[in-house]
Amino acid sequence: MTFWEASLDVALIALASLTLMSVLMIYIAYILYADRKIWAAVQLRRGPNVVGPWGLLQSFADLLKFVLKEPVIPASANKGLFLLAPLVLVFLALTAWAVIPVDAGWVIADLNVGILFVFAVSSLQVYGVIMAGWASNSKYAFLGALRSAAQMISYEVSIGFVIITVLLCVGSLNLTAIVESQNSEWGIFGWYWLWLFPMFVIFLISALAETNRPPFDLPEAESELVAGFMVEYSSTPYLLFMLGEYVAIMTMCALMTIMFFGGWLPPFPIAPFTWVPGIVWFVLKMSLVFFIFAMVKAFVPRYRYDQLMRLGWKVFLPLSLAAVVIVAFVLKLTGLAPGVGA
Amino acid sequence: MSVTAAFFYLFAGITVASAFLVIASRNPVHAVLFLILAFVNAAGLFVLLGAEFLAMILVVVYVGAVAVLFLFVIMLLDIDFASLRQGVLQYLPIGATVGVIFLVELILVVTTYAVDPALLAAEPVVGEVPVMTNTAALGSVLYTRYVYFFQLAGLILLVAMIGAIVLTLRERVGTKRQDAVRQGLRTKEEAIGMTSPPIGKGLGKGLGSGLGSGLGSGSPAPARPREDA
Amino acid sequence: MTALLADYLPLVIFMGVALFIGAILLAAPFVVAYKSPDSEKLSAYECGFNAFDDSRMKFDVRFYLVAILFIIFDLEVAFLFPWAVTFGGIGWFGFWSMMIFLGVLTVGFVYEWKKGALEWD
Repeated sequence: MTFWEASLDVALIALASLTLMSVLMIYIAYILYADRKIWAAVQLRRGPNVVGPWGLLQSFADLLKFVLKEPVIPASANKGLFLLAPLVLVFLALTAWAVIPVDAGWVIADLNVGILFVFAVSSLQVYGVIMAGWASNSKYAFLGALRSAAQMISYEVSIGFVIITVLLCVGSLNLTAIVESQNSEWGIFGWYWLWLFPMFVIFLISALAETNRPPFDLPEAESELVAGFMVEYSSTPYLLFMLGEYVAIMTMCALMTIMFFGGWLPPFPIAPFTWVPGIVWFVLKMSLVFFIFAMVKAFVPRYRYDQLMRLGWKVFLPLSLAAVVIVAFVLKLTGLAPGVGA
Repeated sequence: MSVTAAFFYLFAGITVASAFLVIASRNPVHAVLFLILAFVNAAGLFVLLGAEFLAMILVVVYVGAVAVLFLFVIMLLDIDFASLRQGVLQYLPIGATVGVIFLVELILVVTTYAVDPALLAAEPVVGEVPVMTNTAALGSVLYTRYVYFFQLAGLILLVAMIGAIVLTLRERVGTKRQDAVRQGLRTKEEAIGMTSPPIGKGLGKGLGSGLGSGLGSGSPAPARPREDA
Repeated sequence: MTALLADYLPLVIFMGVALFIGAILLAAPFVVAYKSPDSEKLSAYECGFNAFDDSRMKFDVRFYLVAILFIIFDLEVAFLFPWAVTFGGIGWFGFWSMMIFLGVLTVGFVYEWKKGALEWD
């Protein structure tokens, strides 16, 4: 391979990455809009409706506003870390998307250990929060960061166990393999959401806690901690936190789509459904999962911190651990366990 | 220089530099952050060696868990930099001794390291390598051939868990805890009582304490009769 | 370059692009936005008074305990990954081997539950 061929390869991958990220950001702009609209509809409000037709351009106006706002760095803050924290958060959140397949073969990096990579990257997101809380040198930010860190690590364990139960049925860490293993003539009834339904529920709730979504938004519980670890941030550093949070939420939605809803597979493997491209199914399913997130935000009251920790350690942890044992035993007994992973 | 070599030097260089900065930086929080950078680059080196599973586990366990604990501890201790430097001279002899022992051991390891000449002379085995990811390769021996080491790891984790609780758990007195099960099982009969106290007399003692046992979730305080009654 | 490393090159490029986008967004307001800092604006957020002291303070040891317990369970999950992948190939022996491992850790879990280490008060 000559130097020019190699550079062309690199340029093509960079272009593909840029395309994926741009599409993701535009998608998130509308996810944000949908989030606000759904929330408004539940409370009988109109939601954003001024910028553009039906307020469709609201998120882009917000972006412009954030960029033009004055960036304030508190005098007592640790400046380098203060600015590094949002960058770390958004960088990690975006990085997870490199391994997520949105259609058969449509993936930037098809790693053998794909799901482990997503797990690793999401376990690192706690650093953005701790760094922000510590560097801000403000009491609210510090307390918010502590709470957030303890909350995120508590729910990661259950997420890990749930991933294990899915892997037991798949026998591979590759995300494409996880989707392919759900491909059967049963269609929607062969996906894992049905067979592992309790696991799906645990994963959904843990994902809410992991991404600090309501009802687990304690780190930024505005009635007690103003805005938690983000309280000192303004302008685009703040925007990056919000962006990182929403990218992380979409990662969780994508992961649920892949693990429980058969990724890009059509719900019924018959003619009219198989004509639709896989990416459309993927985006539809992801949006559906997000709709659950948005509805939960709209009508579930916030948890108290001790209740949150109890739910994570005393309910989800034993339940998901027991599920690992039960799923493994059933698979072994029925001989349904997949062969040695490729 | 190939791409692989370039990445090797990049990762190795950053690992060594950040490892140096771990001990050189004055602020302990910065030191931990450099330690994290060193871990991440070490994970990069693992990937270059083809050990992708180990690389990811290094990130999940060391960066995602152990370093979080380090950060908590350093933030928890609220280290006073001035007093930290005072102790340096006091602990210097012990630290130096440990350092020298490590150095001697390292020199011994490096200088006495030898490969069996028979192995060097032997032809490398070229044959059918089973197509298996290294996660699967690890899994196929860890739980069967190396079962004792695996169980030993489990016991070590158990000891760590118990040790952490024994060392750090302090029972607080007088805190009220929520008992969700008891709350859920509470019936209307225990919780509500109808009464019509005579004017100016207030509630009698009996009814109040009877209600108290149903209302409280932790240690129910009996309804206290008014002092002046 | 082996096939395995060829899988990782796109990842590195993707990370580079992600970092680039993040850095541009972060730097943008420092270039274009209006700035007029003053001492009140740059002080740490407080409820109407100046902060009394440094905000970094000692906090409850429970956070530390949660972090330790998290490490232990995270390691448990780490041991489960290769097991789940090779589950079909290691037979009943591999199954019971993991059950004993999980059993030992469940003993620890029951201990911490009974000791009240999972209580948050």
